[in-house]
Amino acid sequence: MLHTVNKSPFGSNSLETCLKMATSGSTVLLIEDGVYAALKDSSVAETIAQAMGTVTIAALAPDLAARGVADKVMDGIKLVDYSGFVDLVCETDKTTAWL
Amino acid sequence: MKLAIQVNEGPYTHQAADTAYKFVEAALEKGHEIYRIFFYHDGVNNGTRLTTPPQDDRNIVARWSALAEKHNIDLVICVAAAQRRGIADADEAKRNSKDADNIAPGFRISGLGQLIEAGIQSDRLVVFGD
Repeated sequence: MLHTVNKSPFGSNSLETCLKMATSGSTVLLIEDGVYAALKDSSVAETIAQAMGTVTIAALAPDLAARGVADKVMDGIKLVDYSGFVDLVCETDKTTAWL
Repeated sequence: MKLAIQVNEGPYTHQAADTAYKFVEAALEKGHEIYRIFFYHDGVNNGTRLTTPPQDDRNIVARWSALAEKHNIDLVICVAAAQRRGIADADEAKRNSKDADNIAPGFRISGLGQLIEAGIQSDRLVVFGD
C-alpha cells in the first residue's frame, strides 16, 4: 500500500493518523507541504525515525527543492522524482491519499 | 498500466492541481495509460475557460486542455460539484437557464458514476487534493 501525505506535520495531524494506520511493509510518500516531515532535527523527526522501522518513508525531491530544504533531509528517507512517484504507485497494489 | 486520476482541488489554490498534472505527465512519459481524470469538489474549477492568469504564470486550465488533446485523455467534471460552482457546458447552461457556458476545451460534464467506472476499469486510482 502507498500512502501519500501532502500536509505539513506542523499544521495538520494527517501524517500522525497515516502512520498509525499504515501497516508494516507499506510506503508513506511525503509530497507538497508534507515534505517538511522529512527534515532532520524537527519535532517530528523522532516519530519519522521510529516509523522507518516498519514502513518506508519517501519524499518527493522536487517539492523539497521548491522549499529550499533539499539539503536538510534526514537519513533513511527515500527520495523520488515524479517518475519515481509513478513507479511507487505501480509497484504497490493500492494508493490512498491522506488529504 | 491503466491509471485513473481524481483531482479535488481548484487551480492556483495550493499545489494539488500542479502535482496531479506533473504526475500525469510523468506517467504518460513512462508509457502508462491515463484512463480518465475526474475533477471533483473544488477540482471542477480546473475546467473553466474563463481563467486568465498573468502571462508569465502557468495556465493550469489550458495546460489540461492541451494535454487532453495531445494524449486523448478523458477529462470529466462532476456535474453536481460543477452546478454548485458555476461550471457549465452548453447543455447544462440551457438546462439550468443560464445565459452562458464556460467549460474549457477537452473537458466534459458527467456524473459520479464516471469516477466509480474509472476506478473499476483502471489498475490504480490516485487522488490529489487539499
